[in-house]
Amino acid sequence: MSLEKQEYEYLEKKIGRKPTKTELNIVAAEWSEHCSYKSSKKHLKTLPMKGPRVISEKGFDSGVLDVGDDYIVTVHIESHNHPSAVEPYGGAATGVGGVIRDIISAGTRPIAILDGLRFGNIEKDPHARWLFKNAVTGIADYGNCIGIPTVGGEVEFDDCYSNYALVDVASIGFGKKDRLIKNTAQKGDLVVLLGGSTGRDGIGGSQFASDSLESENRSAVQIPDPFIEKLIIEAVLEARNQKCIKAVKDLGGGGLSCAISETADSLSIGIELDVDSVHTREPGMSPDEIMISESQERMLIITDKTKLETLQDICKKFHVQCSVIGTVKDNKMMHVKKEKNTLALLPANVVANAPLLDRPTKKPAYLKEIQNEKKLKQSSNLSLVLLKLLSSPNLASKRWVYGQYDHEVGIRTVIKPGYDAAVLRLDNGKFLAVKIDGNPKHCYIDPRHGAIGCFEEACRNVVCTGAKPIGMVDHLQFGNPEDPEIFWTFIEALKGLADFAKHFDIPCVGGKVSFYNETPKGPIKPTPVIGVLGLIDKKPLHTSASKGDVLILVGKTKNELGGSEYFEYIHGFVGGTCPKVDFKESKENMDAVLALFKKDLIKGAHDCSKGGLAVAVSELCMQNNVGCKVSLEKIPREKLSHDLLLFSESHSRYLLVAQKQNLVQIQKILSQSNVSYDVIGSFEGDQIQFKTDSANIIDLSVDKVQKRWLRSLEDLVLHG
Amino acid sequence: MKVGVIVFPGSNCDRDMYHVLTDVFKVDAQYFWHEKKLPSNLDAIILPGGFSYGDRLRAGVIAAHSPVISDVKRLASRGMPVLGVCNGFQILVEAGLLPGVLLKNTSLGFMCKWTHLIVENNKTLFTNRLKIGQKIPIPIANGEGRYYADEQTLAELKKNNQIVFRYGEEINGSTMRIAGVCNKEGNVVGMMPHPERAVEPQINPIDCKPASLIFESLFNTIGVTH
Repeated sequence: MSLEKQEYEYLEKKIGRKPTKTELNIVAAEWSEHCSYKSSKKHLKTLPMKGPRVISEKGFDSGVLDVGDDYIVTVHIESHNHPSAVEPYGGAATGVGGVIRDIISAGTRPIAILDGLRFGNIEKDPHARWLFKNAVTGIADYGNCIGIPTVGGEVEFDDCYSNYALVDVASIGFGKKDRLIKNTAQKGDLVVLLGGSTGRDGIGGSQFASDSLESENRSAVQIPDPFIEKLIIEAVLEARNQKCIKAVKDLGGGGLSCAISETADSLSIGIELDVDSVHTREPGMSPDEIMISESQERMLIITDKTKLETLQDICKKFHVQCSVIGTVKDNKMMHVKKEKNTLALLPANVVANAPLLDRPTKKPAYLKEIQNEKKLKQSSNLSLVLLKLLSSPNLASKRWVYGQYDHEVGIRTVIKPGYDAAVLRLDNGKFLAVKIDGNPKHCYIDPRHGAIGCFEEACRNVVCTGAKPIGMVDHLQFGNPEDPEIFWTFIEALKGLADFAKHFDIPCVGGKVSFYNETPKGPIKPTPVIGVLGLIDKKPLHTSASKGDVLILVGKTKNELGGSEYFEYIHGFVGGTCPKVDFKESKENMDAVLALFKKDLIKGAHDCSKGGLAVAVSELCMQNNVGCKVSLEKIPREKLSHDLLLFSESHSRYLLVAQKQNLVQIQKILSQSNVSYDVIGSFEGDQIQFKTDSANIIDLSVDKVQKRWLRSLEDLVLHG
Repeated sequence: MKVGVIVFPGSNCDRDMYHVLTDVFKVDAQYFWHEKKLPSNLDAIILPGGFSYGDRLRAGVIAAHSPVISDVKRLASRGMPVLGVCNGFQILVEAGLLPGVLLKNTSLGFMCKWTHLIVENNKTLFTNRLKIGQKIPIPIANGEGRYYADEQTLAELKKNNQIVFRYGEEINGSTMRIAGVCNKEGNVVGMMPHPERAVEPQINPIDCKPASLIFESLFNTIGVTH
């Protein structure tokens, strides 16, 4: 828990004296990678952050998008990886709590949670299973209790996360534009700490998260209390309604140190506070502990003196503790006192702005070899391969997970978990589609195209509900950035994301960078997770398929099995050609699908992603209890073998379900749009069949596959 | 007419219930914070779902001692319609207004899923528009939803026709698959599933009429027609 030598010298030079012990602790917390983004900040500026819908104000903890009719949507994404790897229940639960508070900081009510979970190989590793099970319970217990539906997410297992966990949580908020908290403050305003008491949990959490996980520092893991969080949500929104809040900030990584310095810096004010005024969980806490504790469920509020009594009454109503801990000054200083003694007196902009780094990069050596395709023998029984894939942990139904989350509370969830993207009803008659996607297997083989693929996949999912993407959030998770090879993969992924965002005019409205994700066996695979929000003006597309419907495939299937579930799960081979998004093709396909949706010509759309076409078709059959006959000869493609056609994970592909009578019109529109497509099959019978003119390549009963698909993850978790 | 929606610290389906009453059924509704007195000119009281007091100790037990509960008891004894949904049901049981207890589900975890109910008693103030044996598609969302009653209580329930709803399938280990019960008089009803989540076709591609009839029974009772 200390500063690097050059950072110490920089600090000394900036303040013109030696820092005190408290000052050192404050600065060390704030200058941690976790809080300061010192490695990534320079590079993140390459992402486009502006757009006609983006509302940007000082000191926002979440992204804000205008969804019309004087309503706004807020969004934020964070991870809680290190804590979850040590204590999965509390780590995951507090991950939910943290991101929810970012949403209420804008004065919006949280209306949805999505979570992306990644663990080691749960088929072989009981510890990974334990981490998984407890992280899910942690999210369920927290999200359910605060009454915010967990509507979507993803779950993935990969050897690279052995003895580790990635827990990403995104949250969506919704509110009236005129209630948005604008964050202002002036001399004489009061600084109030509201919520749970400050304890000794989570001490040094942000530095813990900015280092490789070598020791299990359990005291750095915060303790969750969803009941207090629920009271805070109501208290803050009530205080907002009664105009008691001039500015607000969530206490997260770095605790008070971070909240005070960042608030003071972003609002160009000074804040003077007395540590003795902070309500603590236990007596005898040192001032330094109080300043860097990461106890959860706390909010920092700046209020006008005349509004204090109203604020206190609101807190009393909701049984939420609140303490006036300081006052706003005009000297731009962060002044920490204990009674009359000054413990720290630092320029807020120095604390809030760590010296940024220019880390070196080097293309990783492993990338030279990895893209070489190994000649693999095609399995003779592709039916068995498909069955195996559909019951593998990565592709099996995640019903065991989302069945534990209340995904209905709030009565907004129009498209529920288990489909392409979740869709929420908004109060202005519109609908919001949300999805998060990651793909470490692709990103490992090709960080740039892998990251673009994640972005496009999230867009595809949103498009499948009839929504047009309006914004994205990114969560960039990598190993130790001091390793030039790892930093290179970060830069590459970021470049890819920036290119795609610019090309498609999708602004990045928020995100997080998480480095030092290292396991005992080495760094994790690059794991950017991309969240995309889309807006639908009319009723969303709720995919259904029934006997007599036809199946259309839009998009080309290419020789891109690198990082596929087929290569890795069936053949145990890591490598090959990573799927690449062709921007032009991507845009044309997206627009064509949306055009068909607008004209009400399709009954459903489903994207082809992990597991390829065979898995995507099977999902449609299983979700709708209907068989499907697919002709492999009809698939728009390069010249490929059967396993490639079935399992390649090429992007930009959509499966469309339509009634026969609409086919002529659909074909007309698709042909005019210049996209590759074909009618590849029809829904009939009770079998999933992939055929050539002469033979059945895959023939499985829907019923049998569905049972395996639905049960396998639960069986694995509960019975090993 | 006016329906009171009681809000406890940790209630989280209060807004949903309010929305359904006011926006879907267009009746007058008002929130009552658990420390407030209830006016006697209310026409019905609803205790919504959620996690009152974070389910600490046992679901519903702390809320059952809230100041508002003595008013609920007083008004219920005068015959006022009272409905408890999910956590509201747990509170009514803990407050002694309804028989039985709610235990942890046999899965030991929280369950959020769609199921269907079978109407067993259509004489209550919340089921008089339904038919005996009618199916109601509806979701559950709870961790402590397993209804349990000992043999003696069960015999009483049967004798007095107090079993209101049963699940159409084995779902969480509830005694006799009981999903909802009423008091002897039939004016206080508690149920674990969420009728307020099952009345809007825009949200759910299911038949929303049966669950709507739970609300319409109430309006029928208190003289509002739709």
